[in-house]
Amino acid sequence: MDDLGFILGSYVVTFGSILLYVVSVVRRSRRAGRDIPHEQRPWT
Amino acid sequence: MTATRDRNVTGTPFTRGLGVVTLAGIALLVVLGLFVSPADVTQGESVRIMYAHVPGAWLAYLAFVVTGISSAAYLWKRTRSLTWDRIAGASAEVGVLFMGISLVTGSLWGRITWGTFWTWDARLTTTAFLFVTYVGYLAVRGLGGSHHQRARRSAVLALLAVLEIPLVHFSVRLWNTLHQEASVAGRGTDVTMDGLMLFSLFLGVFVFTLMYVWLVLHRQRALALQDMLDDTGLDAALAARRAEAVA
Amino acid sequence: MSGKRRAFASVRATARLIAVKDLRIERRGRVLTNQVLPFALIVMVMFAFALDSDAVLERVAPGLVWLATLFSTLFVIARSFAVESSDGALDQLRTSGAPSAGIFLGKALALMVQLLVLVVVLVVAAVVLYRADISWQGGVLLVTTALAATCGLAAVGTLYGGLSAGAKGRETLLPLLVLPVVAPVLIGATRATESAFGTNGIAVGEGWPWLGLLVVFAVLFSVTGAIAFGSLLDE
Repeated sequence: MDDLGFILGSYVVTFGSILLYVVSVVRRSRRAGRDIPHEQRPWT
Repeated sequence: MTATRDRNVTGTPFTRGLGVVTLAGIALLVVLGLFVSPADVTQGESVRIMYAHVPGAWLAYLAFVVTGISSAAYLWKRTRSLTWDRIAGASAEVGVLFMGISLVTGSLWGRITWGTFWTWDARLTTTAFLFVTYVGYLAVRGLGGSHHQRARRSAVLALLAVLEIPLVHFSVRLWNTLHQEASVAGRGTDVTMDGLMLFSLFLGVFVFTLMYVWLVLHRQRALALQDMLDDTGLDAALAARRAEAVA
Repeated sequence: MSGKRRAFASVRATARLIAVKDLRIERRGRVLTNQVLPFALIVMVMFAFALDSDAVLERVAPGLVWLATLFSTLFVIARSFAVESSDGALDQLRTSGAPSAGIFLGKALALMVQLLVLVVVLVVAAVVLYRADISWQGGVLLVTTALAATCGLAAVGTLYGGLSAGAKGRETLLPLLVLPVVAPVLIGATRATESAFGTNGIAVGEGWPWLGLLVVFAVLFSVTGAIAFGSLLDE
């Protein structure tokens, strides 16, 4: 793997894994949020 | 209970605004980091990894500090609240994520500049230990029991980690001086920073901080939803049990 | 007696009771002698197979002794708490009003005694299998190292053992939680033992700073454990 590959790879790993994490959090909260109406959520 | 087909569950106007700003910041950071900022005099292009690696590491440490403080806040009777516990948990998750990223990017950077993916210097080794310790912390959080049991266990564990990490760092430092290892200067200090590089680095820290806040807010709320769900599940089960008894 | 002195006496009494109970259970069950020690010895033999060189073995003997100790410690910790969860003994202990610090110190003390036996056997094994050898001053260093290291291991083990005891799916967490924390013990004990064995020509004198590290570790975790143990036991 040449240098450029590592450099690009770093950025891809960084933002890619953050994106994956965001997707997983959003999915889990949508699943949990389905049964809890808006009024009960303390932040809305 | 009405099921809400809600696309946006944990968002608020604040987080939406924050998210937009963060995305813009990320775009700017990538452009600056990968293209606009200059290559380093000694390290060449590989210094570009620094803009992703260093902010990630700093934010990981910040995340663990936040976990420690929230844990203490939960344990102290006057401020006891499950919100602190959820913040501790969310922050630890994000911390593990950022630390993992930092270890990987640091490894790649090291491969280019030092020729090796890994060295046993104190900072790197302690970082790896911190990572494993918090993976263990997250595992303990999944053990079950009531919310307060989970909170108490995790909080004590987090504070024990605060005790353990300096000990590990100190021992490894002592160990390294035995081998007279040339202090592997943080790769960052090898870099002669010119204005734009410095700016990009600070931008990186700023953007990662925004990301951290956004992630913790959302994750903490998701945890709250999960806890509420567990509670209503419990209530429903108790109600069903009582109904049985009456019938 | 003043309230504080009464509290202290209660902690001490509880600790002694628990320590004696645990050691008595071990004497009757003989799990350490019949299961853990053989395991540790087999590990030492396996090291020889894996490393395949007398010279290398002699050089790394101290490290191997403490590695084998660490791995075996995990079993001894698990056993220490397994004897409690049958019949819900641990719950009864807590609800009896016994101070959790006393329970902690008692179990840690019993654990320490068992670990000391383990270390002695493993050092002898190292002398026999890896041809390590000890001078008189080395012996003093070795004894104090063993005491400090096993004390630290016992404190950490009891603390995290209490956390992972009980419900299914928890015991597997113990190694993951314990090993990172006891890294300083591994580093310190190995370096001190190297001095005691004179490996690589290291003088005995160089081992004492490492002993200091071990003592600090042991004290820190014993105190912290006594304070935190209560909160880690389930309600």
